[in-house]
Amino acid sequence: MMYSEKVMDHFTNPRNVGEIEDASGIGEVGNAKCGDIMKIFLKIEDGIITDAKFNTFGCGAAIATSSMATELIKGKPIEEALKLSNKAVVEALDGLPPVKLHCSVLAEEGVKMALQDYYNKRGEEMPEEYRPRCDGDCSGCGV
Amino acid sequence: MNVYADNAATTRVSEAALEAMLPCFVENYGNPSSPHHIGQKAAQILLAARQTMAEHLGAEASEILFTSGGSEADNQAIITAAVIGARKGKKHIISTKIEHHAVLHALNKLEKEGYEITLLDVYEDGIVRLSDLEAAIRPDTALVTIMYANNEIGTIQPIKEIGALCREKGVIFHTDAVQAAGHLPINVKEQNIDMLSLSAHKFHGPKGAGVFFCRKGIPITSIIEGGAQERGKRAGTENLPAIVGMAAAFKAACEQMPDAAARVQAMRDKLIDGILQLPEVILNGDREKRLPGNVNVSVKGIEGESLLLMLDQAGICASSGSACTSGSLDPSHVLLAIGLTHEVAHGSLRLSLSEYNNDAEIDYILSTLPPIVERLRSMSPVWKKMKEGK
Ligand SMILES: Cc1ncc(COP(=O)(O)O)c(C=O)c1O
Repeated sequence: MMYSEKVMDHFTNPRNVGEIEDASGIGEVGNAKCGDIMKIFLKIEDGIITDAKFNTFGCGAAIATSSMATELIKGKPIEEALKLSNKAVVEALDGLPPVKLHCSVLAEEGVKMALQDYYNKRGEEMPEEYRPRCDGDCSGCGV
Repeated sequence: MNVYADNAATTRVSEAALEAMLPCFVENYGNPSSPHHIGQKAAQILLAARQTMAEHLGAEASEILFTSGGSEADNQAIITAAVIGARKGKKHIISTKIEHHAVLHALNKLEKEGYEITLLDVYEDGIVRLSDLEAAIRPDTALVTIMYANNEIGTIQPIKEIGALCREKGVIFHTDAVQAAGHLPINVKEQNIDMLSLSAHKFHGPKGAGVFFCRKGIPITSIIEGGAQERGKRAGTENLPAIVGMAAAFKAACEQMPDAAARVQAMRDKLIDGILQLPEVILNGDREKRLPGNVNVSVKGIEGESLLLMLDQAGICASSGSACTSGSLDPSHVLLAIGLTHEVAHGSLRLSLSEYNNDAEIDYILSTLPPIVERLRSMSPVWKKMKEGK
């Protein structure tokens, strides 16, 4: 197919599939209408992402980007997770076909949405520049 | 095990077709327009192929135009009828919501040029209603174009009755028979068909050859200008090897049809019954009025492309109408037309069989699919919501 070996690896053997019972933050992005929904669960302790899991309904790229995004932030401090970009996810996967780039945006947004939830739960302000933009309308994000 | 279950996309070339084609590359390689003996031999072979196609369609050889395939035939049929209509001030065309893009996009283009297009609904079973067609036909209707059988959900339209209605109303009737040819009986006279398209690679012929049948008396508009091939209605040196392969494949398919269809249909039914054992799986399209080799289901809670990738890793080639396989955000127009939600349409899986499949392959699909479905559902938030009854 048009996918890199890395993408196929993360699709076939996705890392971090599942849910976290007592998650510190949960984010859900996308909608079933467009064919992709990602739900990201984060466990955060002392400012460190100690665990990250996901559930995804979507194509091969959606599953692979969820897997890679959760891998990239696990064990990292929040400050680093906030800076996770879709580009970093794409690079870590050795690229994605242009029509699948929106899946990487979804992964970035999913992580940000979960972090937003974490800040909300603690009654803290999430840094403005890192706030999620996903409004559930896939045609709106222009990727 | 490797299983090819994507015969609606294309088929493998049959031995009969291949054998018929080979001499056209090295012996009978002449140009049918050349007056010398090698050219004339090619002309003879071309004529024989035309006669074979005509015979098995219930047509006359002079009514058969060779094209590069189904898309070209569809375009030429629609343009031909549009030109005839325009001369009489008729610029209304009726079709359905589930046509192939070769038809729908040709109609879109005409719409931009001032034609009015009516696309009939097909209901949940994927079948048009004659009463809807009758109500849609107007004094200025130039053409009714309705496919014989659908490429995604396999549903079969009442072609003969549609043709009779069009005759009665004096409207030209074209049918895209690309999926039907070689799999369902065709007789253009008995079925009241004025124009028909077919494509060799859907019935074990080669790619790049097709037929535009146009009933005599209907003036054809050429869409490729150049030499005088095909009575001046389709320029370009004939693709003789492919045309010969098509004729051999079509003859074999028509002669073996009752037996082959029964065998393929038995595999289809076993596959449908087996897949429907899975929870929350629905069959798309009417169960009875359906191509002998077509299975199309929606597996709720999962997305088609990831399902296809996993099946492919297990050696099974299939297809889906999900957006991810269409390159847009929208799933197949056919699945939406039969009333599926986007979500359910994204989870569609098409398995299309041919006489080259066998029972062991059906068993393999039936044992491979359930664990894949379970795996994908276990990581799907949509499935979890469904299970929680939300
Ligand atoms: C119903 C239908 N019409 C037209 C076509 C186009 O035929 P071809 O690929 O020969 O141009 C196809 C093939 O996908 C088809 O299934």
